[in-house]
Amino acid sequence: MFYIFCPYCKEHREEEEFHPRGQAHLMRPADPDNCDDEEWGDYLFFRDNPRGIHHEMWVHSVGCRKFFNITRNTVTYEILETYPMGEQPTITADDPSVRHEQGVQTADGGWQTVGAQPESQALNEEASS
Amino acid sequence: MQRYSGFGLVKHAFGHHENWERQWRNPEPKKRYDVIIVGGGGHGLATAYYLAKEFGIKNVAVVEKGWLGGGNTARNTTIVRSNYLWDEAGRLYNHSLDLWKNLSQDLNYNVMFSQRGVLNLGHTLQDMRDIQRRVNANRLNGIDSEVVTPQQIKEIEPEIDISNRARYPIMGASWQKSAGVARHDAVAWGFARGADALGVDLLQNTEVTGFKIRDGKVLGVHTNRGDIEAHTVGCVAAGNSGVLAKMAGIKLPLESHPLQALVSEPLKPILNTVTMSNHVHGYVSQSDKGDLVIGAGIDGYLGYGQRGSYPTIEHTLQAIVEMFPMFSRVRMNRQWGGIVDTCPDACPILSKTKVKGLYFNCGWGTGGFKATPGSGHVFAASLAKGEMHPIAAPFSIDRFHTGALIDEHGAAGVAH
Repeated sequence: MFYIFCPYCKEHREEEEFHPRGQAHLMRPADPDNCDDEEWGDYLFFRDNPRGIHHEMWVHSVGCRKFFNITRNTVTYEILETYPMGEQPTITADDPSVRHEQGVQTADGGWQTVGAQPESQALNEEASS
Repeated sequence: MQRYSGFGLVKHAFGHHENWERQWRNPEPKKRYDVIIVGGGGHGLATAYYLAKEFGIKNVAVVEKGWLGGGNTARNTTIVRSNYLWDEAGRLYNHSLDLWKNLSQDLNYNVMFSQRGVLNLGHTLQDMRDIQRRVNANRLNGIDSEVVTPQQIKEIEPEIDISNRARYPIMGASWQKSAGVARHDAVAWGFARGADALGVDLLQNTEVTGFKIRDGKVLGVHTNRGDIEAHTVGCVAAGNSGVLAKMAGIKLPLESHPLQALVSEPLKPILNTVTMSNHVHGYVSQSDKGDLVIGAGIDGYLGYGQRGSYPTIEHTLQAIVEMFPMFSRVRMNRQWGGIVDTCPDACPILSKTKVKGLYFNCGWGTGGFKATPGSGHVFAASLAKGEMHPIAAPFSIDRFHTGALIDEHGAAGVAH
């Protein structure tokens, strides 16, 4: 059960008052008529699906009914911050201290992993050096 | 392979059942295989089995980071049906249903496939219109499906509440008689034993940490037990498919969500069939052990934690009590979560990728169990020939850019 801080109501409320609405910070293509199929398909269907730090949109559906963003660890489910629409996250997977604290590693191809087996951690460290 | 039979059971009884052969070996990885399957769940093991049995490719490894059938294969609610709306999906799931019918004999392993039928309830006029449309589509595709009235539902499932007292009274249902349930673990074990007997190496505790790719061609995989070479690699990794795809530099339109299920304390036989409702959103069947097997929808947020949240459990049980008020005092025994890889159109991805020799079979979302033999069979055919099998071809990853989606949100409805 999540206990979520609504940045508009300024208080913690239970998960049932909220609805998750998918990845945050998606930009609609500025000129949709001139998108090729690849760009348009990517915008419609392809989302980040990280095993680690994720920025996502939620709506306080039975409260203030406003949308806001959450930074959350998708493995431990820990909520790291909530912030209003239009603002940028202060906690990201690129930050080394966040990575250390949340146990996030990066596999080949820049993919986040959390809680991988120690052997693969060694491999990842080799790859990054 | 030691064949199982009634005589074998009697023979081993004299030895106090202490001399049964192990069901499969635990081999060391070889340097090179013809085909590597990444993921040792039901679909991966089925792929390996059919590769060896029907397509003569026996130098195959199944690479599994945990243990065989330890992911969603062990966590699903075992429903098998094929009443999907669109031709492409109907063909795929019905191909699977055909294989289910003879699977125990084929594997010499009792997968306890029981064709006890599935009811999909309708609670509103629009539900009934959708049901009629889907039943008509099913019948045109040779899938046995019919519309039944509340009275007929009551004959099939006497304990269901068809009265007008319900918040959402039942107006009818679709009924697929040939659908049913199977024993999920036995399916994974049966395929594993069959594949192993044909020479497939099942490598457990072997985690893929990267792909060896040169000039756009796959040459093998890196694992925590050393590099393994193969020019054909099939990834069948369910919730972890996105992680693998990213390692190979490929994007997949998948989102991984927790999906929960629960079972009750064991009861005397009370349910004859599987009852599902999209509208009140829940489904229930009874296992051979007697416990009610209950499931519903995914948790709406991304998650890899193999657990979900309490509000979802509460909504699920509300739905069950709405359909079967007599279960209101049944106690729940266990609850668990699996990670499902959901696709935007609720249909799977069986596809080549831009990396030559690298194939993906994923995106089964909430309903992959029913497709286990069919998915394995068509995926094995595709890996063996280097061309997607005609049944698998429409499920290419290209559909998210061409727009040729196969929208099965209706038939998928409540997570299945």
